Parts: sequence; C-alpha cells; structure tokens
Amino acid sequence: MGHPELAEKFIANDERMHWHDKALWFVRAKRDNASKSVDEWEKLRKVASQIKAHTLDKLDYYLEEFEKNATAKGLHVHWAKDAKEHNEIVLRLLLNNGAKKLVKSKSMLTEECHLNPYLEEHGIEVVDTDLGERIVQLRKEPPSHIVLPAIHLKKEDVGTTFEEFLGTKKGNSDPTYLTRAARAHLREKFLGADAAMTGVNFGIAETGGVVVCTNEGNADLGASLPKLHIASMGIEKIIPRLKDLAVFTRLLARSATGQPITSYTSHFHAPIIDGQMHIIIVDNGRSAIIGSKDFKSSLQCIRCGACINTCPIYRRSGGYSYGYTIPGPIGSTLGASKDLRANKTLPFACSLCASCSNVCPVQINLHQQLYKHRQSVVAQKLLGFQKHTILKIATWVMKYPLLMDISGKLARAIVPKLPRSIVYSKVNLWGKKRELPPFPKNSFKELYKQRKGK
Amino acid sequence: MSSKKTILNSIKANKSQNPIELPETNIPHMHYEDKNEKFATMLASVGGNAIWLEDGDINAFVKEHYKDVTVITSTIENLTCKTKEANLAQTPHELEDVELAIIEGEFGVAENGAVWVKNPKNKYRALYFLAKQLLIVVKKDAIVDTMHEAYERVRFDKDGYGLFISGPSKTADIEQSLVIGAHGPTAACVLFV
Ligand code: SF4
Repeated sequence: MGHPELAEKFIANDERMHWHDKALWFVRAKRDNASKSVDEWEKLRKVASQIKAHTLDKLDYYLEEFEKNATAKGLHVHWAKDAKEHNEIVLRLLLNNGAKKLVKSKSMLTEECHLNPYLEEHGIEVVDTDLGERIVQLRKEPPSHIVLPAIHLKKEDVGTTFEEFLGTKKGNSDPTYLTRAARAHLREKFLGADAAMTGVNFGIAETGGVVVCTNEGNADLGASLPKLHIASMGIEKIIPRLKDLAVFTRLLARSATGQPITSYTSHFHAPIIDGQMHIIIVDNGRSAIIGSKDFKSSLQCIRCGACINTCPIYRRSGGYSYGYTIPGPIGSTLGASKDLRANKTLPFACSLCASCSNVCPVQINLHQQLYKHRQSVVAQKLLGFQKHTILKIATWVMKYPLLMDISGKLARAIVPKLPRSIVYSKVNLWGKKRELPPFPKNSFKELYKQRKGK
Repeated sequence: MSSKKTILNSIKANKSQNPIELPETNIPHMHYEDKNEKFATMLASVGGNAIWLEDGDINAFVKEHYKDVTVITSTIENLTCKTKEANLAQTPHELEDVELAIIEGEFGVAENGAVWVKNPKNKYRALYFLAKQLLIVVKKDAIVDTMHEAYERVRFDKDGYGLFISGPSKTADIEQSLVIGAHGPTAACVLFV
C-alpha cells in the first residue's frame, strides 16, 4: 500500500487526526522559541551543514581515523556492509559472551536492520528501554516518529497497554503514574541485563569515541551496568573533531524538542571496568547515496525530527502512513533514494511548502529532493496509470494555446453547473478532501488583455 | 574482500573529487552579562536547581536539605555526610540503593544549564544514573557562556568517560506531558562552592 491509502486509514478518525496535528505543532512551536533564543542560529546551521558536507567528501579518511583512534583506546570496531551482516555481528558478540538478555536504547539504525525480530528468533530477550519505544514494543508496533516513538498514542492507550503488561491500575492513565511504573519495570530489566546496545549520535574521528544523547538516561544507564556494550553507527554519523560537538549539541535538542540540550550527553571513550565496548559501522546503502549530487546531503541528517514535526502531511497522516522506517520528509527522500519503486508514493507525500528545509539544522534541501524524486518516478514510469494519463492530457492541452483557451472556456461554462457527484467523482484524484475554488467568469488571459487596454 | 574494504571502496568511488573545506567552529556567539543568573534560569527550566553556597560547608548543606536520606555516596574526599563508599562496591549493581550521589562537576554552561562531569577517580559511571538524587558540586565562577567554550575545555586524549548533565532525567513520551525522573535521578541540584 502507498502513502495515500495508508493515510486514508489515519484520517478516517478526524478527531484523532486533528489531535495528532496539534501535538506535533506544539513541539514545532517549542523548537521555534528555542532557535530564536540563539542569536547565531543561522550561522550555526550553516557551519553544521559545512562540517557534515566536508565529512561526507572525505568519509573514507575519517572512518579510518575513527577506527584507528577507537582501537587505540581499547574499543573494538566492526564493519557491516548491510543489515544482515550487522545483525550477525550483534548476535555473534552476544553469543560469544553468553549474553541472553539485552537492553537497548533508541536506534533507528537497528529498526532499519530489523534487529529485534532477528535476535528474538535466536533466543535473545530484547528490551527497548526508551519509554516511548517500550510502549510501542509492548504493543507490537514500530515507532511512528524518530524522536517521539509513541506520539500517535493517547495516554489512555498507554494506560491500557500498561494495565495488560505491567499490571498498573485499571483506568489510571496519569502520565506520571505510568512513567513511574515503567521506571520500576525497566529498572529490573537494566539490573538483569547481560548486554546493552545503544545507537550513536556522533562518532568523533579525532578521538575515536562516540556520543549518545538522551533525556531519560536509558542509554547511559544501560551502557554502564552489563559488561558488554555494543553501539551501532551508520557511516554518516562521523564528525571530524571533538569541538564540532559544540555546533551539533547546540542545534540538536533545540531542533528536536525545544530543549537547550538533552539531559545527558554521554561521551564514551572506554568500556566500563572489566567490560568490552564494540562499535559496528554500518553502510546498508548509504555509500551509494554519496555518489548522487542531488541526494548526497540527505546523509547530513542528525535525526532531530524537526522536519517531521513541521510537515503538514506528516502531522495529518501519521508515521505509519509512510510505510518506511523513518517517516516524514527525511524518510521520504532516504526511502526514495534507497528503493524508488517500493517507495514511489513518498515523494508525493509533500506539499512542497519547504517548511522542512527551513527548520533543518543542517540545511538539507528536503523539499527540493522530493521534487527531484518525483521527476524520477515519472521518468521511470512508476506513476499510476490514471494520474499519468490525466497529466499527459493536461500537458498536451497546455502545449497548444488555442486548445487551452477553448478548454478553459468550456470548463468555466460547464463545471459550475455539474452536480458534485460528477465533479468530485473517482476520476478526479485531486478532489478528495479538497474543494475547487469558485470559477471566475474570465480567464487570466482575458483579464490581462482588458487591463492592458486601459 | 572484507566488508571494511567494500565500504571504503564504495565511498571512494562515490565521493566528490573536490571536497569542501572544514569550517571553523568557534563562530561569534552569545555572551551573558550575568552567567550565574543565566545558568540558574536555564537549569530551572529543565527541572534542576542551582545554589551558591556562601560558607562552602557541603556537609551542613546536605544535613539541612536531605534530611530523610540515608544512603549517601560521594566522589569528593573527606565528606562526613557520606554513608556509602561507591568505589568499594564489587559491581555497579550494588549502587542501586544510593539515594544521594554527591559528585564533582568541572564547570557549568550558562546557555543550557549543563555541567561537565568526568571523574577519573569514580569507578562506576552507573552511579550518575542509579542514584535517586544527584548533587553536583562545581567551583564558584566555573561557568562558561556556551558549548563553544565548553568544548575548549573537554579533552579525550586518553580513554575514559565523561558527560554533560543538564537537570534530572525526564521524559515526555506519554502525550507530551513532561515527567521528571525517567530512568535516572529524579532530582539534580548544582551546588557552587
Ligand atoms: S533532515 Fe534535518 S530536520 Fe529532518 S531529522 Fe534530519 S536533521 Fe532533523
């Protein structure tokens, strides 16, 4: 199913849709306030974008630097060309260390690799420890947002889920009460874990360490108890210098949730006492995108979620309507780059309003990328037959001024008199939930001529 | 071919031949007239609090403000209010019962209320997250304006672990309602002495 069909399911509940829209706009508004509190905000975005662009241009060099410096500090570095290899490395590390219970913090990369089901098939207990992720894990749902995994749920939904799995009181959906219950439940999981996995926000080439940012402290707590810590990192997470973090830590949380910084910004350059720390560097299709002039910059993304929160389509269609690991504008361009056929509807889940590009802390030209992807969809003949035909006819009409004039006249005379059932029939793909503006008496051309005559 | 080779070769084949330059990070940035005030305001906005202790008597402060707390650890030497020696634990798990951890912070950051913590003498980093409450002790006047100045002071020439802590742990994953105290401490106070 494509985006329009999946979105249709979401908007069927009108009240929920508006609630979702508002919840995200609230986050977007907080981001606006936070960004306005920094005088040099635009300069920061520019520098961040340049650092990332530079790093991508010399990525092979920086990855090797990273490996060299990490190894010198006693960390183990692994390379995985795809999801399969990544998952196999994780499983091997767990088995070699006799680990059966794993606590995980948020990592979109492991979602992308479908790591959890793979490990579970091999008898590993996997517990997502971010509160939002734990909620959706218990409900057997994927995250619907990269920063706010359970943004599609109301507190009553969480209440019933916890009632079933954590034995909380029936009908109690107070967020503080539910959070405390999750804290107690997950504390036990932390203390009983044999291994911890985290994602990586930034890998520092110069020092060979990784930085993880959380508010809950779950990545930090997880990685400080069991002897084994595995961190999964996409190749694009590398930054050259430690001091580059000044730029990124100033942008990340402000863009994500409007906070001045996350509660914890952990810099890992060593395992815990008597422990081991492993970093898996994953490609899984990323290096190919570096070769594309138009889409390379999508790899600059620091996964703040700002483009998602601001997107009028995402806010009204929800994370599941995208059918891709990462929803919203950034997911649509990454998904289309990765597999255009499978994700051919995503570039159209966009009003080209450009709000995403304007809020992006690393200045990715998201809306332009989506526009480019649309052209590829048409060029590769992936557009649906109906749309393709209608657009073809429209192109033909517009090529001939006389034909255009006649069609316009006819339309202005006939369409307003037609019953709704015909104007908004199934053929009119653009008429769903959209109203035509009132038809004017004269065309623009006629009006222009009249005016010129004056 | 190893996966490392495969990945690096693919990058080499795809990357641009004219790399853009690495920019300077130290751009002109904000300065605050009263850093202390800014720090305190920002920390309060993220659920923490800052206190300036005129007489520098940490023991007396703890006695007065943490009356019902019994399990207290500290990375600061010679504190008489300490009741548990964290470094003597056999495993980090034994620190689960810590009610108050008094730890040293190197400096604070005015723009976001964060404190840089990197105690090489502290054996278990789990202490920062297991403790119910955190009291971070920072030298008076050790406050910088922004993260630009902060990272001038952060070093990882050797291995180790360090972090910025900005307030207590928190979450807003249930309907965007902020709840203080997720997995880590439910309270965090920064004490300037
Ligand atoms: S594309 Fe930009 S705005 Fe969107 S998540 Fe990535 S960094 Fe944030």
